Amino acid sequence: MDTTTVFLALLLLTVASFFMGRKRSHAVAAGQGGARALHSLPKHYGYMAALWALLPAMAVLVLWLVFENGILARMVVGDLPATVQEMSPSEQGLYFNQVVSYARGATDASMLDAAQIRAAEHYSALVSSSRLIKALLVLLVALCGAILALRRIRPALRARNHVESILKWILFSCSFLAVLTTLGIVLSVLFEAIRFFQTIPVVDFLFGLEWSPQMAIRADQVAASGSFGFVPLFVGTLLISAVAMIIAVPVGLMSAIYLSEYASRGFRSVTKPVLEILAGVPTVVYGFFAALTVAPFIRTLGESLGLHVASESALAAGLVMGIMIIPFVMSLSDDIINAVPDTLREASLGMGATMNETIRKVLLPAALPGIVGGILLAVSRAIGETMIVVMAAGLSAKLTINPLEAVTTITVQIVTLLVGDQEFDSPKTLAAFALGLVLFFVTLLLNVIALYVVRKYREQYE
Amino acid sequence: MDRAEQQGAAAADATATRRQLDIRDHVEPADYQTIGTPFVDDAKMTARNVNVFYGEKQAITNISLDIGRNEVIAMIGPSGCGKSTFLRTLNRMNDIIPICRVEGEFALDGEDIYGGDQDTVLLRARVGMVFQKPNPFPKSIYENVAYGPRIHGLAHNKAEMDEIVEDSLRRASLFNEVKDQLDKPGTGLSGGQQQRLCIARAIAVSPEVILMDEPCSALDPIATARIEELIDELRENYTIAIVTHSMQQAARVSQRTAYFHMGKLIEVGDTKQIFTMPRHELTENYITGRFG
Repeated sequence: MDTTTVFLALLLLTVASFFMGRKRSHAVAAGQGGARALHSLPKHYGYMAALWALLPAMAVLVLWLVFENGILARMVVGDLPATVQEMSPSEQGLYFNQVVSYARGATDASMLDAAQIRAAEHYSALVSSSRLIKALLVLLVALCGAILALRRIRPALRARNHVESILKWILFSCSFLAVLTTLGIVLSVLFEAIRFFQTIPVVDFLFGLEWSPQMAIRADQVAASGSFGFVPLFVGTLLISAVAMIIAVPVGLMSAIYLSEYASRGFRSVTKPVLEILAGVPTVVYGFFAALTVAPFIRTLGESLGLHVASESALAAGLVMGIMIIPFVMSLSDDIINAVPDTLREASLGMGATMNETIRKVLLPAALPGIVGGILLAVSRAIGETMIVVMAAGLSAKLTINPLEAVTTITVQIVTLLVGDQEFDSPKTLAAFALGLVLFFVTLLLNVIALYVVRKYREQYE
Repeated sequence: MDRAEQQGAAAADATATRRQLDIRDHVEPADYQTIGTPFVDDAKMTARNVNVFYGEKQAITNISLDIGRNEVIAMIGPSGCGKSTFLRTLNRMNDIIPICRVEGEFALDGEDIYGGDQDTVLLRARVGMVFQKPNPFPKSIYENVAYGPRIHGLAHNKAEMDEIVEDSLRRASLFNEVKDQLDKPGTGLSGGQQQRLCIARAIAVSPEVILMDEPCSALDPIATARIEELIDELRENYTIAIVTHSMQQAARVSQRTAYFHMGKLIEVGDTKQIFTMPRHELTENYITGRFG
């Protein structure tokens, strides 16, 4: 029986336990005045039996699947001749992989020695018995769970509380899983970054003013020795984000004010969804808009003013990124301004304040924490944005704050470092992890600040 | 009695019971006459033939009422009777509701307040308002009171502003409680203090009329008593129109009382007369607690 069949059988057993549990609750209550004598509703007894059938068996199944391969490999390799036992772990792995692919019928016998063929037969036998044992064990555990639960059903059994506490733990483990995954990603990035910092000192990375990650792979190659100064990338990121925010914050905020305070209900109900569609346009589309339309336009415009503008400029990328972020800022600010209670508007207008004074002196101050939080979220997005910059701002890591020149950002460099053929132990590739780590900390810091600001000033008007 | 007849009789019975209890069965005609004394000799504000519509729905039907100088007029009536709507027409607060349409003639000291050249900003500075729920701004106590004088440019320097703030807080009998914490947020005060802060904020721009829309409905009895005392003191300098659900409150603070019913002004008179000898059946039913 393969895993899918086992799983389906398990589900069937679970459903059956539900109905049996429900039926049994009716049966045990029959002698004592019917369903009213039960502590919980009959369905809770059913759920209890179903959960008891499902959860332990699922745990066994998952554990089996996780450890199956490792244990089988151990058993097969243990029986191989001494010459194999003395191989290095990676050679051993290669040797064993040949065994496995032969056992699965993916390669023919011509590439293998006699010991491997024997091992492959051994392996096949182990796999099929493992399958059988797995299926039997899982179904046995499920049956035991169900029977145990069914036998415990009494009118006084608090099945509802029992089921709800199990559900609570299921929910907890889901959220725990999410946290664990994040932690896993951070740790894997961290470990690779540490490997990078073993070749390139941290100080050189954080304070170096030059970024040219090309390294000689072979001794005879003519290439830069590779310098991994992070500063030009960081400055480029900040420059493009700053241009984007200069566009997005005023436009987004003011359109939010217009929509929430002045616009008629009909206008608002059309405009807001339309602007939110703008947020749904894939960034790659914005990217070629930036590269093919905005960047040449800016260059021609700059040249007519006598300025030298690179054909890929930070200004073009930032401009288009700003347009991309407008709906984000607008939507968040609009929600926040709308959340300011009407009583404050009335209070201000009732004093003889104009609409303008009311917005400037009452609504915006009251909504400020939320707006700042929204803007910081938008900044995180700008910093993390890749596609537009790849297409419109170029790849040259120039240390400049002139928005008319080509710059590059952290995310763009991560992309270029990891695209194409890679060696996973050269500093060039590992640099991507170091950049990722820094990026993670920068956005984390921004989010923490945003949360702090929002929390500090929240509920002021409640 | 056959079956249909039985049902008919039962239905008639039910209607009769409801008629006693349900106010909505009692409909005045559109050309009704307000009983009592809606007009006074020395009127601060006048309203004539007022109709207010929310979209298609008529909220106020043909109301005419004077508000006398330096008097407290109480507006009472069951929920949804239009008393708050009427109050809000007096400083054009209904203007900010897009679907609301106001008809009729309004004057403040004989001056048309819905006229083309009348600015709502100036009108609302002369006719201030205190709302049902205390709604201080999320600013300091000082800034709350200074808000109005600042937007109307009433103080030319810090010393003048300090004086206005202190004076307004004193008149709202709040100064002694908050004088050491003027820089603390107004939202941190208790409900009653917040409402007195809102009154201080309203009087800081020296209005001539103060409209109060159920100012005590969110307050406890002790805070309510303080506000009522305050209203009595304010009467010396201001004209006050107060909407209230509490008939005791109307009886305690007002000189004249107007009884509203389903968008119509049924009866107006001296508070004492309204509460002791109401002339209209609806007024009597309401104040004796038969409905409401």
